[in-house]
This record gives sequence, structure tokens and C-alpha cells, in this order.
Amino acid sequence: MKINIEALLDVAHLQNSYVQAIDDDKLESWPNFFTDQCLYKLSPRENYDENLPACLIMCDSKAMLEDRIVSYRNANIYNCHFTRHIVGMPRITASNGETISAETSYAIFQTQLNGETSVFQVGRYLDTIVNDHGQLKFKEKICVFDTYRVHRLLATPV
Amino acid sequence: MLKPAVNDWLADQYDRVPYRLYSDQSVYDSEQKKIYSGPLWHFVGMEAELAKPNDFKTTFVGETPVVVTRDENGKFFAWVNRCSHRGALVCRERKGNSKSHACVYHQWSFDTEGNLTGVPFRRGVAGVGGYPKDFSTANHALKKLRVETFSGLIFATFNHDTPTLAKFLGPKVVKFLDRVCGKPLKLLGYHRQYIHGNWKLYLDNTRDPYHASLLHLFHGTFGLIRTSQTGVSWVDSEVGWHSIITAEGGSDDNKLDAYENEGLRTYQPDSFKLKDISLLRGRKEYPDPVTLLIMSVFPSLVMHQISNTLCFRQVLPKAPDQTELIWHYFGYVDDDAEMQGIRLKQMNLVGPGGLISMEDGEAIEIVQRATVGEGDGQAVLEMGGRDAVGADHLVTEGAIRCMWKGYREIMGL
Repeated sequence: MKINIEALLDVAHLQNSYVQAIDDDKLESWPNFFTDQCLYKLSPRENYDENLPACLIMCDSKAMLEDRIVSYRNANIYNCHFTRHIVGMPRITASNGETISAETSYAIFQTQLNGETSVFQVGRYLDTIVNDHGQLKFKEKICVFDTYRVHRLLATPV
Repeated sequence: MLKPAVNDWLADQYDRVPYRLYSDQSVYDSEQKKIYSGPLWHFVGMEAELAKPNDFKTTFVGETPVVVTRDENGKFFAWVNRCSHRGALVCRERKGNSKSHACVYHQWSFDTEGNLTGVPFRRGVAGVGGYPKDFSTANHALKKLRVETFSGLIFATFNHDTPTLAKFLGPKVVKFLDRVCGKPLKLLGYHRQYIHGNWKLYLDNTRDPYHASLLHLFHGTFGLIRTSQTGVSWVDSEVGWHSIITAEGGSDDNKLDAYENEGLRTYQPDSFKLKDISLLRGRKEYPDPVTLLIMSVFPSLVMHQISNTLCFRQVLPKAPDQTELIWHYFGYVDDDAEMQGIRLKQMNLVGPGGLISMEDGEAIEIVQRATVGEGDGQAVLEMGGRDAVGADHLVTEGAIRCMWKGYREIMGL
């Protein structure tokens, strides 16, 4: 497959904008990276590899993502921390003019309030991206995480 | 060794817990002997995880690595995952299927029961070396555990004095296990969570109905009717160290429809509103009205039914201030697709990232961080009185006191 540089850059820009919104704590804008009907899953690699359906998070609408952020801001109690995502170069695995499928490695570092930073999670995004009224959005984002032993707890979106 | 940690712990006192028990290395070492090698049963997995003949999985009893196997006839075995030759791990995979298990170091080979079946170069090579004539493979089996199963759960113990599993569990625990595990179980997958806190803090937490509505604010924040104050906090076993917490009510679909139509919001006008209520839709599964069941079997199992999510949580101590939880989620083999979908969606509520449960990981860590190095301090457990008894309500720390009573007995403290 000939590399479509423009599509690749579009996807890379989308990924970077997405993780930057999370790392900048602009979580209210996080659901806007998804289409209204979407699928967002956090799948532990051991389950994914064994075809076991249990996920850590499984949201099948943008409204569910919005609810999760309202809960994060107003209901949930979790360790105080910053996150930093590092994403690799996306690899476009399929493209048909309407949708782009891409796979992108990610690493998430978490820094506690005492300044200690540790690797919180590494994994890969398996994305299905569509053009939604002129903007690229995630129709599906499956986060398969190698770090399937969750460190402490998972509150902030991946 | 233990005395300095607890010298101000009065006999028969269960409404105080010395903080040092959560971080003292000598206490932790003693627990490995008296509890994890003691006369208790430990949850090591589900039959559904080992569905086929010769399936195996690796896990732990306390800190000891253990392999659980299923033989050709469907019988379960467990043995220490430590080669009887030089002490290497025999199984390095998480799960698998094999009739024999060979240690990679020198290829000593074992069957599913843990018996030694072969050693390379037994007669030497070209007339030199080899094992002595009186060397017998029968003397070098892997260290075996006793195994019993109950309603699809597998338990193991190192100790010959451990009573039968049914006696160890107690009649109330058996009744509730029968209720949830009365038909073939289907494994849905795992969550693993590593908490920087002592394993007993997690056992306290799961015997504590008092914190639920104070720490876990999801339902209240979204104005969802919650009747979590109706329920029981029972204890079971001869020493009372298992606990059964139930709550009734929760969200039935009629109430959810009313919620969606704004009807119930008037009760809590300041609350937020869920945009997608499908998260909470469920199905009534059992004849009784219990929608929340947290059953803690000392020391290594917490079973939960939270709405339609079903889970066995295996509690594994890793260090005085480190605990791993392995959450085994399940449904039933006869679940239809919609039912499985309900369970998978409701899992957003529970586990290490659960909207109604993630706080527990943080609560345990902040106790650990604040109490480490505290020589004389003690936790206070006086809600619902000072006696070690269960209660027909949820405003109590009685089940925690019962656990500490059992703990003191087995630890000789």
C-alpha cells in the first residue's frame, strides 16, 4: 500500500490533539473527539489476546463519555496526578475513502503530587476514524493495554 | 518478635486495630506461615478458566507461586510452581494446556498432578555421570496442595488440618454461593489491580458497609435513588471472619424510565443527570431483592454481585504495603447476547476504573501512607458497638471486628 502522506499526517495530528486534550486536563473536550455513535473500549491485553470480552471501560455513545467526565469531576475520588501521553507514529492499516483504520502505540506516564513519575500504562490504539462534518473523529477507539495490571486505579481517560 | 507491634492491644479487644499490623515486616512474615500456610482454604481460580483437559493456570497462595491444573478426567490439582530439582519456576506462562510440565533449566518433567515423570541423563552420558542408583523420581514430586471445588470455584490449602471446604465457608456463605453459582459459569475476563497498601486494609474495606455512601458518590452525584441503607452485614464461619453484605433496591428499569423523564430529579434538585442511562439498565436475576452482594471469604476471596456484574476478586499479598487484586468476571453459560451486553456495560461501574468503586484503591493507599511509621496509633472501630457480631443493618463495623477476632486467634495475638 502506497503511503498517503496527507492522511498519515491528519491521523497523527488527530492523535496528538487527542492526547494533548487529556494531558492538558481539557477533559470536557475529550468526548468531542468521538462521533455521537461511537465505541470506546479499554481492553486489558490478556483479555484481548484470549478473546475475553471484559473491558475496564466500555462506552458505546458520546453521551457515556460525557457522563464519565461529569463523574470524574464531581463524584469520583482518585489519586491526585498529572498524565503525559507519548504516542508513536500511526500506521494506517486500512482506508476506503470513508473510514481510516489506524494503529498507534502509546505510553502514559503518571506523576503524583510528590513529583514522582512512573509508567502508568503502555498499549496501542486501534482506531476507526471518519470524517464527521469536516472533522476527523473517532468512530471506534479500542485501547489494548499491555500494562494489564492497573497501577493503583484508573480514573483519567486513556 | 510480634509483641512490640501490638503490646498495647488489650485481650478480647476488637474495636481497635494497631496501625503497625499494616506495615510491620515481621507481622507480614508471620502471616505467610500462620495464614497462607495455615488451616484455611484459598481461592485459586474458577473451573471455567480450566475448561479443557490438561488446561492449567499459574497463580499464588499468599506469596507462593502455584499452578492449578485439570487432568484428563476433569479433576483439579494444585502444586507449588517451583522445580523440585533446583527451585526454578516450572510454568512460566500465565495459562496454557499441556499434559506435562518441563522445567526449562534442566528439563525435569512433571505430570498434571505434579509427579516427577522424567529427568534427563538419569543414567549419565556415555557411561559417566548420572544419578545415584537409589535416586527415585517418586521422592521428587512437586509440593502438592489439597484442592476442593465448590460451585465452580477452586480452592487450595497447604495444610492437612484444614477442615472441609464447606465447613470452612460456613452455611451462610454456602447459601449465597449456591444462589449466584447455581448454574454453569462463563468467564468474561479479568481486571488486575496493584494497590500500594496492606492486604488487610482491603479486607477491612470489603467488610465495611459504612463507607459506601460516604466515599462512593456516583449515585448521589447523579441523583439516582439509592436505598443502600437497607441490607445486612452478616458474618459466617466458626470464628466469623467471613462477611456477607447485602443491599436491596437500586435502580430498576421503571425507576430509570422515570429518571430519564425527569420525574425523580425533583428529589435531589442539585444533582447532575446522566445523559446515557443505558449504563444502569439491568435485569432481575434472582428471586430475592438483593442487588448488591459483597461476600468476603477470609483471607483471599471477595465475591461480588453488583447489579448484574458478577466477580470473584482474588486478594494476593505482595509485601507489607503491596496487594494485588485479580478480578475474575463471569456470567452464565446460558446468558443470551443481551444479558452478556448488560454485564459488560455495567462493568463500567466496578473494578479499578469503576465509576462507583475506583475510590477504594485510593482509600486504602491514603491509610497506608498516613500510618506507616506510626508506632502506637490504633484505628477505631466502634460503629454499631464494640462487639464482634454481625448485624441486620448496614450502619456497623461489626464484620470488621469479627475479622480481627479471627485474625487474632489464628495469629496467636
